[in-house]
Amino acid sequence: MRTCAESFEGYILRSLGRDWGERLLPRGLDITLCDQIFLIASGMIWNVYFAVFSISIGFFLATAVAVARFSENPWLNRPAGAFIFFFRGSPLFIQFFFFYSAFVLLPRGGIDIPLGFVTLNVDTSPLTTAAVGGLIVLILNTTAYSAELFVGALRSVPKGDLEAADAYGMAGFTRFRRVVWPNMLRLAWPSYTNEAIFLTHSTTLVFLSAFPARQQSGEAFYYARYFVDQTFNPFVAYPIVAAYFIALTLAIIGVFGLVNARLNRHLPREKRARIRFRPQYLR
Amino acid sequence: MFSFCTDPSVLEQAQWFACYLTTATHMAFYRAFGVVILLLAVTAPAALAMGMLGALALRSRLAPVNMIGRGYVNLVRGVPDIVFFLFVPIALGQGIEWVMHHINCPDWDQPIRQGNDFVVCREAKVPPVGASAWVRNVYAFSMAVIAFALVFGAFVANTLYGAMQAVPRAQVETAEAYGMTRGQAFRRIVLPQMWVYALPGLSNIWQILIKATPLLFLLGIQDVVYWARELGGAKTSLFAYPHPDWRVWYFLVLLLFYLFLTWGSERIFGALNRRLARGQATAQGERQRRAEA
Repeated sequence: MRTCAESFEGYILRSLGRDWGERLLPRGLDITLCDQIFLIASGMIWNVYFAVFSISIGFFLATAVAVARFSENPWLNRPAGAFIFFFRGSPLFIQFFFFYSAFVLLPRGGIDIPLGFVTLNVDTSPLTTAAVGGLIVLILNTTAYSAELFVGALRSVPKGDLEAADAYGMAGFTRFRRVVWPNMLRLAWPSYTNEAIFLTHSTTLVFLSAFPARQQSGEAFYYARYFVDQTFNPFVAYPIVAAYFIALTLAIIGVFGLVNARLNRHLPREKRARIRFRPQYLR
Repeated sequence: MFSFCTDPSVLEQAQWFACYLTTATHMAFYRAFGVVILLLAVTAPAALAMGMLGALALRSRLAPVNMIGRGYVNLVRGVPDIVFFLFVPIALGQGIEWVMHHINCPDWDQPIRQGNDFVVCREAKVPPVGASAWVRNVYAFSMAVIAFALVFGAFVANTLYGAMQAVPRAQVETAEAYGMTRGQAFRRIVLPQMWVYALPGLSNIWQILIKATPLLFLLGIQDVVYWARELGGAKTSLFAYPHPDWRVWYFLVLLLFYLFLTWGSERIFGALNRRLARGQATAQGERQRRAEA
């Protein structure tokens, strides 16, 4: 039997690959409680990675898609609407399968992109890994969901603020950056917080579906499932992973709450939007 | 299926596809879409019933009942549901076998959990040893339905509770002034009117429920995802219908199926909403009244 310190050393970074700890995962009767606690904790590295990158990249893409969706030009409006409909109307679980099976069809040798005098060879093999391909699917998904929230917020930007911007002679990008965008964020922020939470929870789906966990390096729920398969006891691993997720959720609420306070700092206290935790996990 | 399908290797393209798409495995694939619909059809009322119970518990004035309701709703909503979907069927299955074990084999002296094994006597196995595949499938399917009903029941309970609170308080007070009891006021005033307030939330939950159905695959049921993976994978010439990796097309079909489901139900809920808003004391009801007048 390993001591707790040994399992910590062996498994706390194991999700990064087999060079980062014990080569093999604990098996069968060899599994201790500390193994479960630390290996599942190590899997949370991936959950945080997926969540942080997809939310931060998806945020800017979602702003762009929302502006396109809100514009009156049908050439911008329609494609943005179709994009949102496609990703919000279908299950993320199936999207993972679909994109994975599309990514594996890309040519092995990479794609040649002719750029006039030089030809750029783009290596497509990372797309079949969860770290890149899975992240792309998550980014596209959260872009669609957040864009929908942002469009709703753009629709309710106060008319008076826009008139004030006009009166100051602001137009175009200046007006957007200084008046429309901060208002949009302020209005959308409570629901955007929830979106960030759902997205974080749905990072558990990455390794459950199509993307392979190479060298048995997966996220927290992948390891929880591994332990349940090994011990046939769902009463230990699942509560551990649930506890980690509750902690992560609270951290997100904390960080987003700070941003919310900053976005609302010019308003009288009773008018400020409050963040309410309203989870609807599946997407 | 067709008479010309006996030797697929010599067929023309159109005929080849006609034969390929009507093989026995493809028929199982098409039936799996029926399983999705069936799951939705069974789970929706079950979750609604569960949610109604939860909402009544949340409203209850009895402290223990109220506590149970709050505990249920908050626990399920606070934990990632995927954990529940995998936890409930295993935990429930083991729970059932544990109870059956104590009923059927009272004189069994060994512990049930031996190391990493969950050992119950032969008579306590559910489904019974040697049960047909059909029974096993039905059992797995009902476990999935229970897991779905538990999770979505909590979401529904919260929505219904909110809707009950949203019915104008003055109307309930009027009912009480007419001498109705709390129960009568609930049945005659709150229950008929709450739906218009509940509908947006319920429609949201229904969309989420639709998008949760592919998780059946994780519970080991041969659902659409299972068949799409099976059928789409590359087939060598050993198979009657060899083809390269076609999974992307199969998953595209699944995506379109789900897009159609969500799009269709959005429209149905829109129509239902307009119907329910009629004669209600809401802005939309007022607008409809003016349009008719």
